[in-house]
Amino acid sequence: MPLCILGVVPRLSPSVLVVLLVLLAAGPGRPTFARQEPRIVQPGAPGQPSRVVTAAEAGETAGARHTPADVAFMQGMLGHHGQALEMTALVEAHSRTDAVRTLARRIDVSQRDEMLMMRDWLTRRGEAVPDAHAHAGHSVPLMPGMLSAGQMQALTAARGPDLDRRFLEGMIQHHQGALTMVETLFATPRAGQEPDIFGFAADVEADQRMDISRMRALLEEIHP
Amino acid sequence: MIRGVACPLAFLVVAGTLASAPLSAQTSPPALEPAPAGTRATTASADPRVGLKAGLADAGVAARNLELLANVPKPAGFFDPSAPAGQPNPKVTEDSEKKKEEEEAKPGATPATPPWGGLNFANSDLAFSGTHLFVGNFNGFNIYDISNPSQPTLVTSVACPGGQGDVSVHGTLLFMSVEQTRGRLDCGTGGVEDPVSKDRFRGVRIFDISDVRTPRQVAAVQTCRGSHTHTLVTDPADSSHVFIYGSGTSPTRSGDELAGCSAAEPKDNPETALFSIDVIEVPLAAPQTARIVSRPRIFADEKTGAIAGLWKGGDHGPGTQKTSATNQCHDLTVFPAVGLAAGACSGNGILLDISNPVAPKRIDDVSDANFAYWHSATFNNDGTKVVFTDEWGGGMRPRCQATDQATWGANAIFDIVDRKLKFASYYKLPAPQTAQENCVAHNGSLVPVPGRDLMVQAWYQGGISVMDFTDSAHPKEVAFFDRGPLDATQIITGGYWSAYWYNGFVYGSEMSRGLDVFRFTPSDLLTQNELAAAALIKAPTFNVQRQDRVAWPADPLVARAYVDQLARSGVLSPNRARALGAALSAPSGGNVGSLATDLEADAAAASKVDAARLTALAMVLRKLPTSGG
Repeated sequence: MPLCILGVVPRLSPSVLVVLLVLLAAGPGRPTFARQEPRIVQPGAPGQPSRVVTAAEAGETAGARHTPADVAFMQGMLGHHGQALEMTALVEAHSRTDAVRTLARRIDVSQRDEMLMMRDWLTRRGEAVPDAHAHAGHSVPLMPGMLSAGQMQALTAARGPDLDRRFLEGMIQHHQGALTMVETLFATPRAGQEPDIFGFAADVEADQRMDISRMRALLEEIHP
Repeated sequence: MIRGVACPLAFLVVAGTLASAPLSAQTSPPALEPAPAGTRATTASADPRVGLKAGLADAGVAARNLELLANVPKPAGFFDPSAPAGQPNPKVTEDSEKKKEEEEAKPGATPATPPWGGLNFANSDLAFSGTHLFVGNFNGFNIYDISNPSQPTLVTSVACPGGQGDVSVHGTLLFMSVEQTRGRLDCGTGGVEDPVSKDRFRGVRIFDISDVRTPRQVAAVQTCRGSHTHTLVTDPADSSHVFIYGSGTSPTRSGDELAGCSAAEPKDNPETALFSIDVIEVPLAAPQTARIVSRPRIFADEKTGAIAGLWKGGDHGPGTQKTSATNQCHDLTVFPAVGLAAGACSGNGILLDISNPVAPKRIDDVSDANFAYWHSATFNNDGTKVVFTDEWGGGMRPRCQATDQATWGANAIFDIVDRKLKFASYYKLPAPQTAQENCVAHNGSLVPVPGRDLMVQAWYQGGISVMDFTDSAHPKEVAFFDRGPLDATQIITGGYWSAYWYNGFVYGSEMSRGLDVFRFTPSDLLTQNELAAAALIKAPTFNVQRQDRVAWPADPLVARAYVDQLARSGVLSPNRARALGAALSAPSGGNVGSLATDLEADAAAASKVDAARLTALAMVLRKLPTSGG
């Protein structure tokens, strides 16, 4: 694309630009350059030859498209995170242990942040965004690690050290479920390959893994 | 077809640049007066970077002491024509999908456009070799001829998706990082069918680039966690091979796909793929035999030997940042000349002794209550300081807003004292950015001005900022370039991934807008002599994560650079300044030798930095070829 080379010199006056655009539109008589045409090459597997491909082939993103399993993961994770917010709200309301309250707040912030990303991901792809609170006991199947209706009731009723313990144990179970969901995602054919969901799932994995080890340590501290 | 897609974009960029700003710098001095040295360059309210117009190709521009010479938009095949900035498509309904399919079924119709941008086509890191520049991309890499830096020309595009596409070069070999699960051994774009597959590739690819028109893949070293970034490590003791330190940061693949891979906690599986880096040996005569030779446990507890010996993750107390756990390095930067590596390793900054490159040994580690994620490391030229960056928000969040803490998402500058890291200060982009601009400290390189520690650095959509950290406790900005957001209403991940100095010019890898080339314009903050001295340094190749020690020649330009710096600090007496002026304009006359001796005597009363400049200046004076003496 020889004329494009002109596009890289930001010193042309607008009138020169107009002339160039006219020349471009005119077609024949356009200046020629000795420079070789840039080309697009796709290498083969190691040891195999490379081949010349078209821009359309190079820009093909079939392998990066999201799949129904990706959508189900995001929709399921929204509900999963939704329950985490209910749990952190109980700590905020009833716990008097600073370390647990701080941890719950951190989890609250990061889960809300991730929920925004999930809603955004689904919306941008024209997929349904579920109500994050439609879960336990509302005929929607629980995602891995989510607390049962009974566990949630017990947590809601708990106070003092019992609340802290139930919260930490419950959130560890909850987060481990998220790790299971990520594992399942990558174990599903064609899932988790779209770059955005790959990055998101990787972040969820790293973040929740870290929270789990923090919560285990905290659990030992307050309930040795 | 290529022309139809790429040219209009190129022209738009030219037009946008014309409309917006830095061109005036070509014919007239910068519109803004430089701030006096020693103070923060600007105050937020006066900063010209505030309030810039949004746009992909026509964004507003603000620049100081940096002049944009060229912008080369990304080539066809490396952006989504329907969303060139990488912005999301509007909600797609079933009807419009159907219509599109019908359109595409017509003979002669344009091929299907990818459904959205995301990071599929984002530009990533840069590597340089001779007159070639390699621009990594999540979809492969592009090779530019930069014989004329103000007019880079595309030589070859290489399609090979898998992200992030960080690149390094050594001789005729190019190395590329691949982490995503869609990556294929054969560089195919179609993704991988099965969850466990021989076709999947995550790790470090090795290409033969002896023919830059036709790079060939010669090896692909699979790793458990893929390769997010990598570091080229030369072995001072043996030039027949190089090493690659691979940093994997994403989920571990199953042991069924790659034997031995496990994401278990150390107590459950001591051979876990976590808590290590991959050391790959590449015999240069037979790169196809490259393989992992060690996975050193560089985070191990010194006393107990437990491999998870560093930061466990979490906050550091009330009001502190939540810092990621140290089970990986994001970046390692090696400095073979001093036998050191600096690791930015998620929850810690670490210093490694790499005198045996196969078995790097940790000699120090630091944590920081303001760091969310230790991301990258840059030594100064003497190997006495390290600049660590904190990628708070992963690079996708607007973390440079006026309300964001200046110590979060910033650089942290450490002095190296007795091979230990000693915190000195933070530096954050001084100009607040909008909520539509992802912004946080990112990749940069040194600018080789003798007598100063300067780093040119990418801040995503915060633009490029040049930091002077000669005084590690008081870093300050000396130049910048910034465009408005990609979009006025929503955040699209973009901006500068990397900004590096290479042989007299600054090259910026803009994730959406392509390749930018800059030169510095002289100012009080960075003089013509200092820039000319930096331009004396010609590197045959440059990979930012492998640093070499620069040595300046005994050239009058180098002497003049020191003189400018000493004048800036106010340590030259009028007598001394006159004598230096005379000596440098006519070095054969006068008594240069005694002037050098005087300067060395002056050093005793000067600050450490100025004393070093005085001593270096004296040495240059003595060595000047025409100085007689």
